[in-house]
Amino acid sequence: MREPISTGAEWTFELIEQYHAEIEAIAEEYGLDTYPNQVELITAEQMLDAYASIGMPIGYSHWSFGKHFIRNEQQYRRGHMGLAYEIVINSNPCIAYLMEENTMMMQALVIAHASFGHNSFFKGNYLFRAWTDAEAIIDYLVFAKRYIAECEERYGIEAVENLLDSCHALQNHGVDRYKRPYPVSMREEKERVKEREAYLQSQVNDLWHKTIPQKKAREEEARQSNFPEEPQENILYFIEKNAPLLEPWQREVVRIVRKIGQYFYPQRQTQVMNEGWACFWHYHIMNTLYDRGKVTDGFMLEFIQSHTNVVSQPDFDSPHFGGINPYALGYAMMSDIKRICVDPDEEDRKWFPDIAGSDWQRTLDFAMRNFKDESFISQFLSPRLIREFKLFSILDDEERSELEVTSIHNDSGYRHIRHSLSNQYNLSMNEPNIQVYNVDMRGDRSLTLRYVPHNRVPLADTSAEVLRHLHRLWGFGVKLETLDDEGEVIGSEECAA
Amino acid sequence: MAQLIDRRPNAKGKSTVNRQRFLRRYKTQIKKAISEQISERSITNIDSGESVSIPTRDIAEPTFRSDQGGVREGVYPGNKEFAQGDKIKRPVNQGGEKGRRASDSGEGEDDFVFEISRDEYLDMLFDDLELPNLQKNQLRKMTKSKTVRAGFTNDGVPTNINVVRSLRSALSRRIAIGAEPRRRLRELEAELQALEQEVGGDEARRRELQQEIEALKGRIKRIPFIDTFDLRFNNFVQRPEPTSQAVMFCLMDVSGSMDQETKDIAKRFYILLYLFLTRSYRDVDVVYIRHHTQAKEVDEEEFFYSRETGGTIVSSALELTRDIIAQRYPPTDWNIYAAQASDGDNWNDDSPVCEQILAKQLLPQLRYFAYVEITRRDHQGLWAHYENLLQSNDNFAMQHIREHQDIYPVFREFFRKQTQ
Repeated sequence: MREPISTGAEWTFELIEQYHAEIEAIAEEYGLDTYPNQVELITAEQMLDAYASIGMPIGYSHWSFGKHFIRNEQQYRRGHMGLAYEIVINSNPCIAYLMEENTMMMQALVIAHASFGHNSFFKGNYLFRAWTDAEAIIDYLVFAKRYIAECEERYGIEAVENLLDSCHALQNHGVDRYKRPYPVSMREEKERVKEREAYLQSQVNDLWHKTIPQKKAREEEARQSNFPEEPQENILYFIEKNAPLLEPWQREVVRIVRKIGQYFYPQRQTQVMNEGWACFWHYHIMNTLYDRGKVTDGFMLEFIQSHTNVVSQPDFDSPHFGGINPYALGYAMMSDIKRICVDPDEEDRKWFPDIAGSDWQRTLDFAMRNFKDESFISQFLSPRLIREFKLFSILDDEERSELEVTSIHNDSGYRHIRHSLSNQYNLSMNEPNIQVYNVDMRGDRSLTLRYVPHNRVPLADTSAEVLRHLHRLWGFGVKLETLDDEGEVIGSEECAA
Repeated sequence: MAQLIDRRPNAKGKSTVNRQRFLRRYKTQIKKAISEQISERSITNIDSGESVSIPTRDIAEPTFRSDQGGVREGVYPGNKEFAQGDKIKRPVNQGGEKGRRASDSGEGEDDFVFEISRDEYLDMLFDDLELPNLQKNQLRKMTKSKTVRAGFTNDGVPTNINVVRSLRSALSRRIAIGAEPRRRLRELEAELQALEQEVGGDEARRRELQQEIEALKGRIKRIPFIDTFDLRFNNFVQRPEPTSQAVMFCLMDVSGSMDQETKDIAKRFYILLYLFLTRSYRDVDVVYIRHHTQAKEVDEEEFFYSRETGGTIVSSALELTRDIIAQRYPPTDWNIYAAQASDGDNWNDDSPVCEQILAKQLLPQLRYFAYVEITRRDHQGLWAHYENLLQSNDNFAMQHIREHQDIYPVFREFFRKQTQ
């Protein structure tokens, strides 16, 4: 006997609560471990606001967010862009925004997708566990907004704005890739600010006091001529700790931008997995709802239509092609892992001896917890999926006049394609490798960065602009050297004082 | 169970601050775009917002990025005919050209195009302009007044009696006046009591005391419950308020020599003036006066679009303005502005008369009189006579417009903020 929770397309708060309760029960049966949920209903305009601030519920003020807002608003008004149905924030409680325009089906889908799919991913994946602190992020954002507003009051909007511009230019290079940060709450953070300001300043001064060396010290320095001793990839961190001319409040602002960049870093590394996981679970949850007679046939048809839209992958020659759709790839991979566990064939046993025939829920949970896109693909992309997507790889060498098809979906190509696709999601291969190399401590205090090109890929011409920003932060001359494959300097750009 | 929160009633426009920041930062570019557009803009549309376009490269946020080139390998879906080792011609128009694709709206992606609201538009348009002599005149001519409360007074009309305060002062007066007799009364009563307990007391003294007590009681009783002295009145005073209404006189020559294009230029100028005045005054009346050899007050449609022929006597319009001011717009209540547009033609003997009327009769009553001459020819007699006025009247200004593009610069010239 079917007893659907609702039959119409209109949603109400009572219905949302009922659906949430049903979905929660199902999610629990599937063993999804989540933060408590906070579901917020918002209007389309509020959704645009949320877009502009990268989904952060609270953000400091900066013109660039205004620019994004204006651009999105324009596109939305002209009908060039549909709005996302949902935005979800990695916090505890996990905040999900539902748009008021959504139908009842859509709200249920979003709850399953965001409040249980993404939510459990945030809570379980190792990158999020290591890099972000869901408990503290809202507090930290509040702190950041206040701090920056205070600075604006004290030092003027323009000074703060310029500083933020410079920090934003380097935000992608403000990430610690290896060290783990400590989670801090707002109150602690506040207390630390003062301490840190004083301490940092004393450190910096110390550094420069030593620049008029005694004879003995000079010998010492000859041995230790490079500062920093090891190249530093986290440019913003280096600036925060070592830039000689920054005021304490400026260091704190650098730190805020760096911290927020770091908070979003895992999201950029797990797009395929995160969306795939969420799609996989919304699909299972919705089907379970249907199997239990909680939703109508119409509801299900509407769901299948949206689901199919979300996980479709246009071919490379289609006008709709915009790269590989992370939803499609992620969903297909998650589903494929389940298939390999439940119903493996010969090929799967050969390729995945460890997981073929194992408990699918456990295996998926393991995959969700311990990988990022890059390693997830190189571990789990199966030959069957490569055939389904008809993947092929193309080599584009500037020095040759033609592109070459290096491999296609056949026996000899699977491994290469898997490897190549995995590299495509390796951020450290896609972001230019630029590191702080040296500070001329005894001379003009200039800062030297080194760019090591990967596969001879040059830097875009925006680098001159970024160097100007870096110069503003550093206060003295800034130089960017480009190395060749042998480690020889082949070019350099400079931004002198 | 999840927390379900309805955020819809929350203030929208969380991005307003950021939007303002953006506008502030690109003010120069936006202002430039606006002043380029003002002359192109259609007349009826001038009250709406504006779409502004600024080059994308100006607002880019640079980061270190990889460029095209080098060696790269990419994986694509949907292979149909390729086999391993196939060579493909490098597709043209790919790489390096990114970001130059035209969007559906026909605007290239090179420009960042966005809308600003009417208010934002006006802010940008009239930024650092001000009404000439506004403060000086306003202080002198604060004539409209408003009744405001001003505490309490001891005299006034019965309707303004404040009952609570009156009764309170009556009570305190009664306490104050009755204090001495009551103290005396208590003393006498105590003495009387003592006397009565004394055996064989002094009978005469006792009677004397009783009499005195009676007298005191009578005296206390006679203290009036309320007295004119107690009355308190609500007080009101008239506070002068700067008047917030303005009237704008549009004077235009419609003789045969004024063609439609010249009128269009004049119209744009009037529209700017009107918009500008509405920013300073709550109510702005507009009076349209057209003239050839005779002046006539007309409505807007007729003012701009009907054609007349004949000679030109400018003084007729000035006289009509003077008369209308006398009848309907007393300068004590109204901020009066006037703008005259003409191609400079006038019947030669009339120009000295115009100068006289302006100097003696009109200018003393006006906040500002702006004269624009829209012509490509040389100036004629009227211009010379008006120039005489410039010296002695700082609320008189004149400018010369040749083409559409001149309107806005000339307007700005008129109302530029006066540096002290």
